Amino acid sequence: MEIDRPPQARLRIGLTVNGRPVEAGIEPRELLLDFLRNRLGLTGAKRSCDVQVCGACTVLVDDVPVSACCTLAYEARGRRVLTIEGLARDGRLHPLQDAFIEHAAVQCGFCTPGMILTALALLREVPAPTPVQVKAHMKDTLCRCTGYWKIIDAVVDAGRRMQAGEAPDAGGGAREVAPRGKP
Amino acid sequence: MTAGRRDSGEGKGGAAAPVDVVGTPVSRVDALDKVTGAAKYTGDLIVPGMLYGKVLRSPFPHARIICVDASAAERIPGVRAVLTGRDLADLDPYYGHAVRDRPVVAIDRVRFAGEPVAAVAADDEHTAHAALAAIQVEYQELPAVTDLTMALNDGAPRVHEEALRPGFLHSGEFRREEGNICYHYRIARGDAARAMAAADVVVEGDYTFPAVYQYAMEPHTVVAQWSADGLTVWACCQHPYLVRAELAGIFRLPQSAVRVIVPYVGGGFGSKSYTRMEPLTAALARKAGRPIRIANRVDEAMLTTRRHNMRCWLRTGVARDGRVVARECRIWLDTGAYADNGPRVALAAGDAAPGPYRWQAVAVDAWAVYTHMPPAGSYRAFGATHLQWIGESQIDVLAHRLGIDPVECRRRNLLRPGEEVRPGRKPLEADLAADVSKVAAAVGWGTPKPPLVGRGVSIGVMGAGANPASTAAVRMQADGTLVLLASTTEIGQGARTVLAQIAAQELALPLERIRVAGADTHVTPYDRSTGASRSTTVAGLAVQRAAADVREQLLDIASRVWGLPRVALRLHEGAVWHETESRSYADLIATHFGIAGGELIGRGEVAPGRGDGQAAGPVFWEISCGGAEVELDPSTGRIRVRRLASVADVGKAINPQLVEVQDEGACLQGLGNAFFEEMLFDGGQLINGSLLEYRVPTMADLPDEFHSILVGNGVGPGPYGAMGVGEGALAAVPGAIVNALLDLGLQMRDLPLTPERVWRRLREVE
Ligand code: FES
Ligand code: FES
Repeated sequence: MEIDRPPQARLRIGLTVNGRPVEAGIEPRELLLDFLRNRLGLTGAKRSCDVQVCGACTVLVDDVPVSACCTLAYEARGRRVLTIEGLARDGRLHPLQDAFIEHAAVQCGFCTPGMILTALALLREVPAPTPVQVKAHMKDTLCRCTGYWKIIDAVVDAGRRMQAGEAPDAGGGAREVAPRGKP
Repeated sequence: MTAGRRDSGEGKGGAAAPVDVVGTPVSRVDALDKVTGAAKYTGDLIVPGMLYGKVLRSPFPHARIICVDASAAERIPGVRAVLTGRDLADLDPYYGHAVRDRPVVAIDRVRFAGEPVAAVAADDEHTAHAALAAIQVEYQELPAVTDLTMALNDGAPRVHEEALRPGFLHSGEFRREEGNICYHYRIARGDAARAMAAADVVVEGDYTFPAVYQYAMEPHTVVAQWSADGLTVWACCQHPYLVRAELAGIFRLPQSAVRVIVPYVGGGFGSKSYTRMEPLTAALARKAGRPIRIANRVDEAMLTTRRHNMRCWLRTGVARDGRVVARECRIWLDTGAYADNGPRVALAAGDAAPGPYRWQAVAVDAWAVYTHMPPAGSYRAFGATHLQWIGESQIDVLAHRLGIDPVECRRRNLLRPGEEVRPGRKPLEADLAADVSKVAAAVGWGTPKPPLVGRGVSIGVMGAGANPASTAAVRMQADGTLVLLASTTEIGQGARTVLAQIAAQELALPLERIRVAGADTHVTPYDRSTGASRSTTVAGLAVQRAAADVREQLLDIASRVWGLPRVALRLHEGAVWHETESRSYADLIATHFGIAGGELIGRGEVAPGRGDGQAAGPVFWEISCGGAEVELDPSTGRIRVRRLASVADVGKAINPQLVEVQDEGACLQGLGNAFFEEMLFDGGQLINGSLLEYRVPTMADLPDEFHSILVGNGVGPGPYGAMGVGEGALAAVPGAIVNALLDLGLQMRDLPLTPERVWRRLREVE
């Protein structure tokens, strides 16, 4: 019987992940999601639908949101990949992360990394979106726990605060990444 | 469009203590981990030496297995083990908390298309997947009953011919009836036939509800590992102690030799209640002699458990003045090839059939029926979601016929606080007439309506809280911080946060000094389950008592230290105070143990044996109350929801923000269930087993306006008068929408309300 064995041949790729250069040998068919999760241990991107519907696996590749479950790792060669693990900077949360906490836009959290990165792409295009714009942009990212209202509130609020200069993009959020109640 | 306005109608409830962290919308204790990607779910864990498992599933709904030949698969490099029914000989291989009818992996026979027939363990997922194709299975196809009608026919093939054993959590008496009946629940109160004959107006009809997929975004994932000590399982399960009991039964181990650890769970909604992929993963790990991870894909999750599809006949009789007289109901729920939670779903559906009204007589029969379909079990607000829209739509039909306003008709008939809801069960806590008035007002009841706009309300009560059986422990550490141990699992509902708030309140301890451990049966004490909206109410009460236990110990120590009676002391900000003098908790613990160490351990329990509720239950009646204003496009059959409102009657909102988001989420699932969610089958084969074809609500499906109305009368049995929410709204929404369509003269008897179905119905009515 013919068995579809993992090929031994490896492709070598170089890319930047969360600001750090990465060199790796990959299988040609290896998905970006598996590459990030299994090889780099970046498990923030989640696998849910596996067919580019839910957005749980969303990461930014050269600032564009992509479904890592349906993208070959090879396609990310020479590019900049941002995962949720790379969003906080200098020990401070991104304003979107702050806003998701404050507005209770997080429940089980399985959609949260993809949701936040999808929102980040929106804020970079439309700095202070209205709720209608948020809905239009994010309607292809699923959350089964919340009723979406609090996610919309969080994104609108983060956009407003970033535009008002209260919070810069990348880091500078109100909260520290350090655990709560640190002495 | 507005981004949702919320009203807070919260009243006073419970004992107000000085540090009011209870009742405050504090941020979730798990939020930081979740927004940074640090939160670990079962699928994120790597156990050293772990292999990856894949499951071979039956292509037939009913067949005899003549032979399984795994030899070719076993020879593939990288394949470490193949599990088949033959490997279960030394086990007690049938499980099921209600009925022990389900084999760990198929033995001699398959009973639904998608049933696990074999499982492969390999070095990586690709190899495991590829090896499935190398397993040769010879089947002899057998006649299958793939819907309720076929299963209920005289002489239909029986899904289970053998004698069945009850599971350890079978609800009620175990009576195996003839044919394919798995379970029968009945309510008979008064002479329904006679009362119905005396009613002035009677309406009756046949209704259907489809099979629905819970779609927790994280599909079932399990890691199992064996050692000399026994079995350790990491699983995204809702009820770790029930899973442990079933694993111990299957593998013939003492319960203490099975350890179930629950990392963060990516949503449950009932899909992860009871035992799912754990036995198969553990059996495969046992055969391979290595740790194994099995992660379901979405199509596999859909075949693992689902919501029951249902057929129902309902008749309601009322008097001319609008007083309800009698209701008769027959319910058939397709529980699939295995009972799963079917008996409890039948019970809940039967309980939901009469609605929260004062009847002269009621006759309800609810049957869970075996078919050769994928098994059906729990999904948020089961039973109530099936029945409430049906009962509520008949109330509206009758009200319209009598020329009585539907809200007014309800006010005349709704049960009042303290009245009996179901014979022999707990009386009602909430004020239903007030709740229904609130949602009606929120959707503009009584104000002028544009053309093609209709309004509806729906109300019901659901027995919630499962059993009053929970324990908890808190450990105050030498530095005065607290570790909270409870086995209610964090599935997104916010359990860890709410439990921490309760402990903070009881111990006057800043919230950030509390850590809540994840459920782990070797560490966190027993809890029955995480579901039925019980975490705050029941586990919360156990935590409150555990914290109070430590508070008493602190007061004892302080009163000894100062030589003062305890009444002269109070707790504030992590210290015990006497007038202006204070000793920190850390200080007191150090004094007590004589070194800078030690800890105070508090325990709390909820049990009928100590007077907590009655075993017959329910712990409380969860309120399900919603209103909708819809606009119909008659040319397409599309329905737009202009306004949606829900009452979250929580007794006391420990964290109002978390209550709101739970209620919002339940409402949105209600919209999905009402408008488009439906698992489609052809001859027992699932044909929309992917999110490409199975649609769940997105931001584009939000109503224009949404009102979540918090009601807190402090009447619940939980801490501070709390009672659970989170499920009721899902059951309320379909009824509110169906009634809003009825307001437009369109009577719908089948869900979901797809545009095509609505459009066809419009043509029939015209
Ligand atoms: S998992 Fe990639 S889009 Fe759903
Ligand atoms: S928070 Fe659970 S899926 Fe969004």
